[in-house]
Amino acid sequence: MPLDTAPVTQVEDVKRGELEVKGVSKWFRSRRGIVQALDNISLRVAPGGFVCLVGPSGCGKSTLLDIIAGLTRPDRGRVTADGLPVTGPQRQRLVMFQESALFPWLDTLGNVMFGLKLVPGLTRRKRVDIAMEHLRLVKLERFAHAYIHELSGGMRQRVALARALAPDPRVLLMDEPFSALDALTREQLYEDLQVIWQARRKTVLLVTHNVREAVSLGDRVVLLSPNPGRVRETFDIDLPRPRDINDASISGYATLITATLKSYYTPEAVL
Amino acid sequence: MTVETIKRAVMATAFFAALLGAWQLMAWSGRWSPVLLPSPGSVVDYLQSAVADGSLPEATLVTLRRLLIGYAIGVAIGLPLGLLSSAFRFVEDTMGVMALGLQTLPSVCWVPLALLWFGQTENALLFVVVMGTTWSVMIATDTGARTIPRVYARAARTMGSEGLDRWVRVVLPASLPFLISGMKQGWAFAWRSLMAAEIYVTILSGFGLGQLLHYGRELNAMEQVIGIMLVIVVIGLLADKVLFAPWERFLHRRWGTGERTA
Repeated sequence: MPLDTAPVTQVEDVKRGELEVKGVSKWFRSRRGIVQALDNISLRVAPGGFVCLVGPSGCGKSTLLDIIAGLTRPDRGRVTADGLPVTGPQRQRLVMFQESALFPWLDTLGNVMFGLKLVPGLTRRKRVDIAMEHLRLVKLERFAHAYIHELSGGMRQRVALARALAPDPRVLLMDEPFSALDALTREQLYEDLQVIWQARRKTVLLVTHNVREAVSLGDRVVLLSPNPGRVRETFDIDLPRPRDINDASISGYATLITATLKSYYTPEAVL
Repeated sequence: MTVETIKRAVMATAFFAALLGAWQLMAWSGRWSPVLLPSPGSVVDYLQSAVADGSLPEATLVTLRRLLIGYAIGVAIGLPLGLLSSAFRFVEDTMGVMALGLQTLPSVCWVPLALLWFGQTENALLFVVVMGTTWSVMIATDTGARTIPRVYARAARTMGSEGLDRWVRVVLPASLPFLISGMKQGWAFAWRSLMAAEIYVTILSGFGLGQLLHYGRELNAMEQVIGIMLVIVVIGLLADKVLFAPWERFLHRRWGTGERTA
């Protein structure tokens, strides 16, 4: 096999990357008293699956992602990854945040290499190779030595994607990573993300409030309703890939899901 | 060199030349006694003779040595304390409250105690400088470390960075802009406290700039007073250029800050 086509990081056992959320509830203390954010949430993401969590603001979807990432503890219920309970953040589950959360004191390459420093057994040479490979994956190899403030919003999210993929996690958790981007940039990223996902087969859990985004990216779309967050319905999206967000079949699903979503707005929820 | 930079340089030069000219005219007018208002020429004469007889370079060295040692100690104490009080409520409620109180105390107020405790020694002056530096550095560092966007720490944690690694690779570099401004503020405080202490206290172990200024006053030699004041200003400007400007350029390059908006 010629060297330049060999991936530096090997995709390990494809069966890994299973996520299971069982009966998770979470309460928060606020000035108005104790508020329940999540109520008895259960869901499963198959290894290599792409699940989108959709819900209006206040449905606790970011809190749920935090719990799965291990950044927050649930008050009730539990999360397991490949059968093991999640007790804290772990390199097997990396997060992409809404703001890119890239470090301004490092250049692009330094950011992608950040997580690799903590992977045992990698030489510096190897870390640079892996980071460059992932910058090529998101088509930013020419910007390896640019500083973060010199990149556009879309480029920053590409770097964040490369940074999350570089340590070869089994699961990628995405917290509204495209919501701050303009429509054109966003559509380009949908395309790229699908290509990368099909090549790498990571388990992806993406949180969004954009129904069309969820339909064009996910195998499954899980609907959450707000106050407190509950799983309401699950839609399997049976469409060929790569999908185009402007496709009529996407609109079909999106219309159906949006209608269901609106039905959750009880009068007091609108208030 | 663009036309713009030349224009700016010319304007600045013209401004200071006008200032100097006004001073010279006032001295020539004879309305004020040369004891009250020495001419620019007499200040230059003093500076020349003080350099020639070695008194000025020596005083500058003595002062700079005190300043650097006191400042270094102040930063070495204040910086870690600031990081600690940003992270631990216990430190915030104890040392943090004390720092806030002590920071409002002009550091000259420490001079009587310092003299009692250390006598007329270098240590008395150092103590005053350290007291002037530590608390402002601590408070600035604390404020800085609290202002770091939380998402940095969260991102670092998901990538497996915990404990010491997170402090060294995330918290410290993320608070760099605030550390620099804290250290800069500390420098200004150290410089002021040392000058106040030197003017106030005669130390047998060496004459600093403050002491030269004080004796200028005793001898009614205003050209000496003004000359020393100029030297103090120049040292302050140089310190800014040499010690802090490279760091600030580094920050502006990485963070993309500092660009003029107007």
